[in-house]
Amino acid sequence: MIGIRLNLRIWRQKGPADAGALKSYEVDGILPDMSFLEMLDVLNEKLILQGEDPVAFDHDCREGICGMCSLVIDGRPHGKDEGATSCDNRMRRYKDGDTITVEPFRAKGFPVVKDLVVDRSAFDRIMQAGGFISVNTGSAPEAHCVPVPRHKAEAAMDAAACVGCGACVAACPNASGMLFVAAKVSQLALLPQGAVERERRALSMIKQHDLEGFGNCTNEAECEAACPKGVKLSNIARLNREYLRASILTPAQ
Amino acid sequence: MKLDAKIPSGPLEQKWDQRRFEAKLVNPANRRKFDVIVVGTGLAGAGAAASLGELGYNVLNLCIQDSPRRAHSIAAQGGINAAKNYPNDGDSVRRLFTDTVKGGDYRAREANVYRLAQISNSIIDHCTALGVPFARDYGGLLDNRSFGGAQVSRTFYARGQTGQQLLLGAYSALMRQAASGRVKVLPRREMVELVLVDGRARGVVCRNLVTGKLESYAGHAVCLATGGYGNVFYLSTNANSCNVGAAWRAYKKGAAFANPCFTQIHPTCIPVSGTHQSKLTLMSESLRNDGRVWVPKKAGDSRSPESIPEDERDYFLERRYPSFGNLVPRDVASRAAKVVCDEGKGVGASKLSVYLDFRDAIKRDGLAAIREKYGNLFDMYHHITDEDPQKVPMRIYPAVHYTMGGLWVDYDLMTTVPGLFCLGEANFSDHGANRLGASALMQGLADGFFIIPATLSGYLAGEKLGKVSAEHEAFREAEKAADARVQKLLSVNGKRTPADIHRELGGLMWEYCGMGRNEAGLKKALARVPELKEEFWKNVRVTGSGADFNQTLERALRTADYMELAELILRDALERKESCGGHFREESRTPEGEALRDDAGFSHVAAWEYQGEGSAPVRHTEPLSFEHAKPSQRSYK
Repeated sequence: MIGIRLNLRIWRQKGPADAGALKSYEVDGILPDMSFLEMLDVLNEKLILQGEDPVAFDHDCREGICGMCSLVIDGRPHGKDEGATSCDNRMRRYKDGDTITVEPFRAKGFPVVKDLVVDRSAFDRIMQAGGFISVNTGSAPEAHCVPVPRHKAEAAMDAAACVGCGACVAACPNASGMLFVAAKVSQLALLPQGAVERERRALSMIKQHDLEGFGNCTNEAECEAACPKGVKLSNIARLNREYLRASILTPAQ
Repeated sequence: MKLDAKIPSGPLEQKWDQRRFEAKLVNPANRRKFDVIVVGTGLAGAGAAASLGELGYNVLNLCIQDSPRRAHSIAAQGGINAAKNYPNDGDSVRRLFTDTVKGGDYRAREANVYRLAQISNSIIDHCTALGVPFARDYGGLLDNRSFGGAQVSRTFYARGQTGQQLLLGAYSALMRQAASGRVKVLPRREMVELVLVDGRARGVVCRNLVTGKLESYAGHAVCLATGGYGNVFYLSTNANSCNVGAAWRAYKKGAAFANPCFTQIHPTCIPVSGTHQSKLTLMSESLRNDGRVWVPKKAGDSRSPESIPEDERDYFLERRYPSFGNLVPRDVASRAAKVVCDEGKGVGASKLSVYLDFRDAIKRDGLAAIREKYGNLFDMYHHITDEDPQKVPMRIYPAVHYTMGGLWVDYDLMTTVPGLFCLGEANFSDHGANRLGASALMQGLADGFFIIPATLSGYLAGEKLGKVSAEHEAFREAEKAADARVQKLLSVNGKRTPADIHRELGGLMWEYCGMGRNEAGLKKALARVPELKEEFWKNVRVTGSGADFNQTLERALRTADYMELAELILRDALERKESCGGHFREESRTPEGEALRDDAGFSHVAAWEYQGEGSAPVRHTEPLSFEHAKPSQRSYK
C-alpha cells in the first residue's frame, strides 16, 4: 500500500456529561500531501463503513482562516507546524509507525460538545460585551474624514488577524483568554474610530472574560507560541494599560 | 410563474432613490412587532441582521457554524471594489457599473448593477467606521490596488485578508445587536425546511446540529443569506459547510432558481494531489501580475521545469492574448489552461496543472521586491506543496470558486415566494455570467447593510400579515418532512459513505459541466446523475442517530440536495446553447476558439420552476435589455 501507517490515540467523549477516554486506532495509506484533517477523514471513512461512530471534530474552511478547527496534537494546540491551524498541518511531517495523540482544546470556558468538538460560545459573549464600535448603518462619515497613521493601522491589522480559534486558551496553564480579548481591545484602541468607547470596552470585555471562567494572565507567553496568526503578547500589555486607564478614568458606579 | 423584476421607473441614476421613496415605511414603534428570520451570518446575513436590529425589528439569525464569525465570507483574500476614485484615475459610479456589466458578459440587470455601484462608496465609509483596518498610505488615507477586468485602481484591501476583516466588522455589528437583545443569534443550526402559510414565507425549520432536534421558528419574513453551491463539484475553494440546502428547500417550495449553470472557475488554485483531497486552496489572482504561465511545447515532456530551455516553453497566455498576456480575466485564463492540459502538455504527477513562474520577475526586480508583494502566498504554497516557488515554478490549475447563479430575486431582493428574500451569493446576483474580482464582498455588504433594510420595510408595511406562530400546522408538516429525510438516510445502511458518493458526483460535474461543456457530455451526465442519485438512496451508509451531533448525517443530507441540484445545473447548461462568462459551450465559439455569446437567443435570465418529484422543471425567462452598457464581444487579444 502507498503511504504510511500511523497509530492514533484519539479522545472520544459522547457528550458533555460523559467522562471520555483516549481510544487507539490505526490508519494506513497516509500520503505526504494530506492535511491533518484529511488524515482524520481517512479514519472516519473507515469507521463509517465498519458501522462505528466516526470521530467528531470541528472544521470548515480548511485553509486556516475561519478558526473553526481546534485540535490538540501531541500536546500542542494546532500541532507542531508553526503559524498553522490544525487544518494547515501536513502529514509529510510524520514517519511510518508514528503514534499521534489527538485531544480537544481543554478549558473550563470551552466545555466539550462531543469527542474533539468544544463549545467556544464564550468568545461570542465576550465580543457582545464590547468588541464593537457603536455605529449604525448609514450614519458613517466619509471614510477619509479621519486619517489613521499607517503604523497604527498596521498594528491594528496585526491584532485583528486573530481568528478566534481559542488556541491561546488551550495553551495557557491558567486557561486565560487574555490574548483573545487583547487582540480586539488593541485593534479598536489603536484606531481613532474605536477610541470613543475604549474605557467601556476594556472594562466590560474583561468582566465578561472573567465571568466565563477563563483565568488571568501570568505572562507564561504560551498563547503567543500557540497562536496560528502571530498575535503578539504585547497586545496583552496594551490591554493592561487600557484596563488601568479605564479604571482610573471611569467614575465608580 | 410570472417573473416581474419590479425595476423602478425613471432614469438609471435615480431608480434606487425612487424605490426608497416609493417603499412604505414601518413606524419605529411598530418595528419590534415584526419578527424577521435571517439565515446565514456571512457579509450579507450578518449585515442584514445587524442593520435590521439597528432599525428595531425583532431578528432571529441562524448560523451553521459554532460562531457567526466563521461564515465563509471570511476566506475572501483580495479586496472590495468601490467607486471612490481616491486615486484620481477616472473612476466613477458609471465606470464601476459598466465594468461589472461587461465583466459579467452582459447577463445581469442594469438597474441592479447600477445600484450596487452607487452603494459601493457607503460600504467603505461604514466599514471604516466599524473599525475595519483597511490598508493605508503614509498620509493616513486609504490605499487602493488594481484587480482584473478594470483599468482603474478601485480595490480596497486589508492585506490578503479583506474578507476576514470585513466579516469581522459585520460580526461586531451583529454582536452589538445581540447584546442589545434585538437580534437573537442561534449557532450550530442548519435550515432544513422553509415554511409557507397562505403562500407566504412565514418561517423555517432548522436542525440543531448539537442535539439533532428539529426546531421551528415563525416570522413575518425570511431572508436567506446562505452562500453559494460550488460544493456540488465536491472539490472547490468553498468551506465544508457551504451548501445549497436552504436555497434548495426554497426552490422546492416555489422559489425560482436562476442561471444555475453560471459557475466561476478560478484559474490560480493549488492543483489536486489525490483522491483524498477535501478542498482546493486558492492562490490570489494578484500573482498573475508578475508570474508567467507556461507549459512545455512538447506533449508528455517530463523533464524538470528548469531543464526545459526557453524555446521549448509555451507561454500560452502571452501567445494567445498578447495585449492582456497573463492578466486575462478568470474565465479566459481557466479555459486556456484546460486546452493545453487536454493536449497532453500539463505538468506535475497528475499532468493536470500548468506552471506559474516567477523566475523572470525575480531576475528583473530582485527576490526582496517580489517577496514583499507575494511573500505570504509563497510561504503558503511552500507549506502546502513542499515546493519553494522561489526556486521552482508554482503549479496551478483552475478550481470551482463562486456561483453566479442562485435564487431568482426581483429588484427588492424578493424571490418568487412572497416574503422570502435572498441576499449575497445565494441569489442569482448582479454578476451576470462571470464575477469580477473584489466584487463579491461589495455585493454581500450592499445587499445586507443597505438594500434589505429599505426593501423589507416596503414589504412588511405594504402587506397585511396576520400573526403566525410556530404552533401552526404548517410547521408540524415541515418538521415531519425533514424528519422523514433523516430517518430514510439512517435506514439505508448501505456500503458507500456520503463523501464517497459526493466525490463521484463532483467528478461527473467537473468532467461534463466544468470549464468546457457540450451537448453530448451534458446529455451523458444527465443520464448518469439520476442513476447515481438512485444509488445514493439505496447504498449510502450513515452511522449513528438523528438525535445526536452527527456530521455524517449532515454530509448525507447535503449530498442528497446536490444530487438534485446537479441535474438542474446540467439542464440549464444544456438549454443555454451559447457561451457566456463562466459558461463555455464548446459548440458556440469564434473561429479562434474564444467564447461566442448569442445575444439574439440568450440575452435573458433563465429561471427554473420546480414541478414536483419526477417532473421536469419549467424554464422561464426574464429578458435583459442594455441601454447604458452596450453589449460587445469581449476580446483580450
